[in-house]
Amino acid sequence: MSRIESTFKSLAARGEKALIAYVMAGDPSLAQTTEIVFAMEKAGADMIELGVPFSDPVADGPTIQRADERALKQGTTLRAVLDMVSVLRRQTKIPLILMTYCNPIYAFGLPAFFKEAKGAGVDGLIIPDLPYEESKEFLSQARRHGVDLILMVAPTTPPERAERLMKEGSGFIYYVSLTGITGVPMAEKEAVRERIRRLKTITDVPIAVGFGISNPETAQEMARSADGIIVGSALVNIIETASNDPSYLSRLTGLVSSLKAAIRS
Amino acid sequence: MLLPNKKGRFGPYGGKYVPETLMPALEELEAAYHAVRRDPAFKKELADGLKNYVGRPTPLYFAQRLSERLGGAKVYLKREDLCHTGAHKINNTMGQILLTQKMGKQRVIAETGAGQHGVAVATVAARAGLACEVYMGTEDMERQGLNVIRMRLLGAKVTGVDAGSRTLKDAISEAMRDWTTNVRTTHYILGSVLGPHPYPMMIRDFQSVIGQEARQQIMRAEGRLPETLIACVGGGSNAIGLFYPFLSDKSVRMVGVEAGGRGIAPGQHAARFAGGSVGVLQGTMTYLLQDPSGQIQTTHSVSAGLDYAAVGPEHSYYRDMKRIDYTYVTDEEALAAFKLLAETEGILPALESAHAIAHLVKVAPGMGKDQLVIVNLSGRGDKDVHQLSRMEAFASMIKNTE
Repeated sequence: MSRIESTFKSLAARGEKALIAYVMAGDPSLAQTTEIVFAMEKAGADMIELGVPFSDPVADGPTIQRADERALKQGTTLRAVLDMVSVLRRQTKIPLILMTYCNPIYAFGLPAFFKEAKGAGVDGLIIPDLPYEESKEFLSQARRHGVDLILMVAPTTPPERAERLMKEGSGFIYYVSLTGITGVPMAEKEAVRERIRRLKTITDVPIAVGFGISNPETAQEMARSADGIIVGSALVNIIETASNDPSYLSRLTGLVSSLKAAIRS
Repeated sequence: MLLPNKKGRFGPYGGKYVPETLMPALEELEAAYHAVRRDPAFKKELADGLKNYVGRPTPLYFAQRLSERLGGAKVYLKREDLCHTGAHKINNTMGQILLTQKMGKQRVIAETGAGQHGVAVATVAARAGLACEVYMGTEDMERQGLNVIRMRLLGAKVTGVDAGSRTLKDAISEAMRDWTTNVRTTHYILGSVLGPHPYPMMIRDFQSVIGQEARQQIMRAEGRLPETLIACVGGGSNAIGLFYPFLSDKSVRMVGVEAGGRGIAPGQHAARFAGGSVGVLQGTMTYLLQDPSGQIQTTHSVSAGLDYAAVGPEHSYYRDMKRIDYTYVTDEEALAAFKLLAETEGILPALESAHAIAHLVKVAPGMGKDQLVIVNLSGRGDKDVHQLSRMEAFASMIKNTE
């Protein structure tokens, strides 16, 4: 059982839902990303999604785009993020999931990437511009090296297609709450919950919902149906203020612990 | 040879690298396109529009003074600059707007670089009575201000994109984000043979009218096929449009001309086959300009329409197959060609098309007087006049002739 699966399992045994917290690696710097990860774990994050910056992030809204630009300005590369992960991994058991686009991985080389990611201690991978149709080689490498390739299901995904995606993906299913990009508030919460309930009738794989969750209220509502929630832009917005407010870390951990408290109860 | 295959691949290139949210829309588009591509009623409606609204067929013009000046090959210009709105772009938008109506979508969006595609979309949207929004990099809005005004006059909303290099690439990303958000009501009219399947195939088909006409016209005028075809390559839709109907004519040499900008150094050009490598950008696997860690590099060209980091995947395939040759010319060479065509033939070419002329200038003198070249004059240069008037190098060129 992968570290991601066993985390979902032990949370479920305690009647808890998973809080998956996203940060962009290298924003504001890789050294601070390490600090941020430990602080978020301590504040209650159950898994960490680490963004690897890309110059052209088509699935992301302005908040994450700006984080990409800041991290790239710091010279952050996929190689440097893997090195950071291997350092993190010596000090924590928290599941670490990389989120990046196809091209940095292709540039690294597919087999080399999966081998080194596994060696560094990466547990899962989310690639928003890699739909199932293009994922064959990624899936086979992921299986060979024991890394979870997390597939996304969107509101536009027809039911038969969703069923196939849920068979092929591993770790968890990333349910995209809205037709859109990251960082936009979620509108039809009841419809999202209904959709997740239906998906749960056809799969045993945990379902985490992301896009548009920025506060404890929405988190709580989503966690009533999903197995986990993913929060990104709301955290990145706080990190964006790091340069002119050294107390950003306490505001960040404040939001993380209030999100976790909301989905624990 | 039937390309692309069912997965949208031209050999290893192409595919559909898009967020899951868009996958059903691509499938819908593909199904809609397959349903109409051999439908006589659709073909008739499109042909009528191309004839009576766009003004096709465009002439294949024998450029006598240019030929004499170059002292070699007999040069023909395929006059896409005479299309309604001033460039070949409308061949594609006429097809896609009909498809939009068949799919019952109420709104169209587009990206634009030089503004020619944006104008072509705004035009067909006005004619169809559909809402239209065009994304354009703010750098391009500055250098192509005239086209921004044209789009607005046509009723389109023009939205500036301030991210990244503020050019075509960033406009495409923003259009993809809009499409991801509004996919149920909106069709994205992509402007070149780029992006995810089925766009490269569909846009090639719509642009192939250029080569179909040119082939008939040269046979009528000369009774034989040309030795060489030349076209500029940004995404590559005017080039593939001219080349495609000649692909199986083995005697016909084809040359695609990329933007060499200030020379082949990172960030200074947009010649993907000269300085690029294979990767994935904005939905497709193809040659692109990237750094060693897979970040897309900034590009430069005097021509906004060629200023893009990736090339259409079908071009990558024919390059590997050695069926089409690719080369590049610099900003300076393109500007000199612009002036040459203006002076010898009384035609102001678009700066994009001036790249094709610049390559002609290099090769025509070495060819025999009985050899035929067709250059695709993909667009007219009115849109560039303002930009040129502000360029020091060009101002001095004008002065030199006074």
